Formats: sequence, structure tokens, C-alpha cells
Amino acid sequence: MLVVLGLAFLALPHVYANQSLLFTMMTFIALAQGLNLLYGFTGYLPFGYVGFFGAGAYGMSLLVLHAGMPALLAVLGGGIAAAAVAVILGPLLRLSGAYFSIANLATSQILYLVVANPALSPVTGGPYGLKIERVFAPEAAYLTMLAIMLIASAIAIFFRVSRFGLGLRAMTEDRVSAEMAGIDIVRARLIVWLVSAAIAGLAGSAYAWSISVYYPQAVFGLQISVFAIVFALFGGVGTVIGPIVGAAALYALYNAIGITVPQYFELIYGFLIVVLVLFLPDGVLSLLERRGIRVL
Amino acid sequence: MSSEALIELKGVGKRFNGLAVVQDLGFSMQAGEILGLVGPNGSGKTTAINLISGVYAVDAGEIRLQGQRIERLAAFRRVHLGINRSFQVPKPFRAMTVAENVTVAAEFGGSKVDTKQILDDVGLAADRDRPAGALTVNHQKMLDLARALATSPKLLLVDEIGAGLNPGELASVADLLLALARRGIALIVVEHLLKFLNRITDRVIVLNAGRLLFEGTLAQASAHPEVVAAFLGG
Ligand SMILES: Nc1ncnc2c1ncn2[C@@H]1O[C@H](COP(=O)(O)OP(=O)(O)OP(=O)(O)O)[C@@H](O)[C@H]1O
Ligand SMILES: [Mg+2]
Repeated sequence: MLVVLGLAFLALPHVYANQSLLFTMMTFIALAQGLNLLYGFTGYLPFGYVGFFGAGAYGMSLLVLHAGMPALLAVLGGGIAAAAVAVILGPLLRLSGAYFSIANLATSQILYLVVANPALSPVTGGPYGLKIERVFAPEAAYLTMLAIMLIASAIAIFFRVSRFGLGLRAMTEDRVSAEMAGIDIVRARLIVWLVSAAIAGLAGSAYAWSISVYYPQAVFGLQISVFAIVFALFGGVGTVIGPIVGAAALYALYNAIGITVPQYFELIYGFLIVVLVLFLPDGVLSLLERRGIRVL
Repeated sequence: MSSEALIELKGVGKRFNGLAVVQDLGFSMQAGEILGLVGPNGSGKTTAINLISGVYAVDAGEIRLQGQRIERLAAFRRVHLGINRSFQVPKPFRAMTVAENVTVAAEFGGSKVDTKQILDDVGLAADRDRPAGALTVNHQKMLDLARALATSPKLLLVDEIGAGLNPGELASVADLLLALARRGIALIVVEHLLKFLNRITDRVIVLNAGRLLFEGTLAQASAHPEVVAAFLGG
């Protein structure tokens, strides 16, 4: 399946000229999948997921600008930067449900305000953002995002089939019983949190590399969180394929109608969310499962 | 004495919202021993189990397992050291099958076990592929027990497993608990059904309003005026 996904995005640029659309679609697949790792497998819904995307973008760019790091290495650095932010935010995991989601949202906004702060302009570019056009290399960035998307999906497969994943399932079903089964809950959820943050950070890094000139809002915009959440939910969280299908389908839809007639898009989007919540809380792929087809 | 005890509590206390629910609780047990824990509703029996298993942290006192202090350890670490329990209101992984429930504990419990044998022992072999949520409450309690056994406990805390069972079922659960004790597992059995308790042990402690009111045999307990008063008053 990963091979199919990989080959598709390798081949598509040859038959479809809008490579930047394909790139952004991969970005959202990676983000939806990264968010799925956390939400689908532990139940923590990070409204501020974009914070890790932005942290990755800035981490990567600053490493290029101030440390003269080669772009690909800096992408890794961006992933690590996002994971470092996740370590600092680790205590958020003690909150549950909406409290976690909202606190996470707040921290992503704080991060945004910090990097966009004019006083930090010499370092972060403040409100004017960053330029790393010196390392501009769209082909390499495209392949990097492809790899990140595949890695995120490979991790989702691991969560579905491994012993570790069995433990995660137990944790989401019953916390206390999971402890009584001998599972180190705190460690397991911290691992997932870091991995999920790192995926967003890597995606943010490759995204920054690809666009190479950006304002803070471009990598910290709340819409990015919303898209990742809706895409993942639409396909179905807790599966591997759900977020891929959800992101690909809805992002394509967004491009078909969202950009030309945004007012209709908002309408359709709102409608979709309502339908989803009311009738398909487990995503469109649950339609298959209801027919007895097992979805990975 | 303290070095040979399997489990030893000293001065254990717990408060909820300022209210003492367990106070100055102390006792000790040897391997293979069965201790009945009785007391009126709300006397702190389940809380005592939660404190020993690490579901709640103690506010005071110490708990030793084979001489090692464990009262500050996370619950999962106590599981690895050999403490496990069942729940008064059973807590299976409802969407998992019966077999998966036991497999999780076998995988993470830190010891090699025969999950098939365990399901046989608790009488759930025929239900292995059913979702745990579809079992009756009684069977879910047995599944809790199976999951606990899958971590190879040295000390097993059993919270009101008899409630709701018919006489035949009670007899077979009593036999199972006796067999576990013969294997060397120490058991603390919380139970309202004194007849059931009488089948498996003659050593009980009686809690009243969070305090240890009495320790001795069941026969002595039922002749003890304060114990009788506590049950009638509670
Ligand atoms: N998590 C909690 N928060 C607040 N109070 C609690 C909590 N758990 C137990 N209590 C209180 O502690 C007291 C003892 O409860 P516990 O469940 O230990 O009693 P019990 O002896 O097991 O009773 P029963 O026979 O009804 O099961 C009760 O008053 C109960 O309301
Ligand atoms: Mg109780």
C-alpha cells in the first residue's frame, strides 16, 4: 500500500502539471496522518497541531540561515525542534478531553506570537517571516515530503499491527485496566506525542523548504490544524488509509471549488462536518467496515 | 517477621476531600495465604485495594512487597513486581475479544504465561473470540481475574467477585481461589458473602469507617460485639 502511495506521487507530476498542488496535498496527507497517530491511537485531539508544523518550519529555516546547515539535514533538525517543543508541552498530556485540545491550541498561538514578535526580527524575521530561497530546490523538497508522508503512514501501520499498538488500544479503551495489564501509560503516550509532533515538524520543514519565502501566518495558520483534523476525521482516524483518503479527497475538493468559489466551499465544508459528526463519526471508511470489509 | 512477609502495610491512610476513607491500616500476609476483607458499605475496602494496587496514591503510611517499599510506585510497576487485582465493577477492554484482553496482560505484564490455560481456569475458554463487552457482568469479573492472572501475580486482590453468582458458580469460584492459593498466590478477598468467605479462609480483617476494627477468624468476628454493631449500624 505504501508502495502504491509512493509510486502515485512519483508518477503524478508527469501527468499532472500542477506540482505545487500535489506537494500541498502530500503535506496535508502527512499532517492528517501525523495527527491520526496521536488522536486515532491515544484519543488526544491536538487543536494546536499546527504549532509543531510551524516549529518545524522555523527550526529548519533558522538552521539553514544561522547555522548554514544543508537543507535536507535542516529538515531533520526541524523535526527534532518540533519534538523538543512537544517535550516541553509534555505536561499537557495530563489534561483530558477538551482541556487538552484547548491548552494545545493556546500553546500553538503563543509559539506563533513569539516568532512573529517584531522584537525578535533579527532572529525569526518577526512579522515579515523568513527567506531561505538560497536553498530553494522544489524537486528535492517534493521527494522529501513524499518520504515524510510514507514514514508517517508506515508508523500508522506499525501502530495497527504491533504489540505497542495493542497497548495503545488497551489504553484508549480503559486507562486503569491498561495499567493493570502492566502498560506504562505515561511512557507510551509520550512516545506517541513526540512521534506525532516530529511528523508535523518534518512536514513543516519540507514545506518551508519548498515555498522558501513565507510569513509566520503561512506555517502557523489555524486553518492548517482545522484541515488536518477534518481530513483525518473524514477518512477515519485509528486506521492507516483513512487520513490518506480523507486528505486526498477533501484537498482535491478544496482545490476544485474552494479557490474559485470560496463561499460555497465553506458551505460544503460546514455541511460535511455536520454530516460526519451526525452520521459517520468514524469516517467514510467505516462505511466499508460496516459491509464487513476490514480496513487497515 | 517483616522480611518474610509477602505484603506488609503500616499506617496506611487515604483522604478524599479532607475525609479520611482509610486510616492507619496495617496488616501483613504470607505467600499462599487468603485474607478476607469485610466491612459495611463505604468502609474503605475497595479503597484499600486501590491503594495496594497503586490505582490511588497513599496519603500516609508504607506498603512493602517482600520487604521493598512500593507505595510510591506507579501501578504498572507494582503489576510487574507481582500485584494485581480484579474490579468490583468489572473493567474489561470491551471492544477487544476475551482472548485479546488476556493477551494484552500477558504481553505487557512482564512474565511468560499460557493464556489458553488461564481462560480454561476461569471458565471462559468457549468465549475466547467474543467481544468482552458482550459478556455478562459475572463473566466480565472472571475476565478481570484472568487478565490479572496473565501477569503472574504473587498477590491477587479480588473485589466482590461473588456478588450475583448462584450457589454452583460460587462453589467453583471458591475452588478456583483455593487452587490459586495452593500455587502460592496470596489473596485478599473482599466479600459481603460470609458463607463464601468461610469456604476459602478463616482469617479476616474487618474495616469500619476506614479503620481496622477487628482481625482474627470469621467465627470470632461474628461473636465480636463491635463487629456485629458495625454491620447492623452500617
Ligand atoms: N475516588 C473517590 N473520590 C471520593 N470519594 C471516594 C472515592 N472512592 C471512594 N470514595 C469514598 O470512600 C468511601 C469508601 O469507599 P469504598 O469504595 O472504599 O468502600 P467499600 O468498602 O468498597 O464499599 P462497598 O462495600 O460499597 O463496595 C466511600 O464513602 C466512598 O464514597
Ligand atoms: Mg467496594
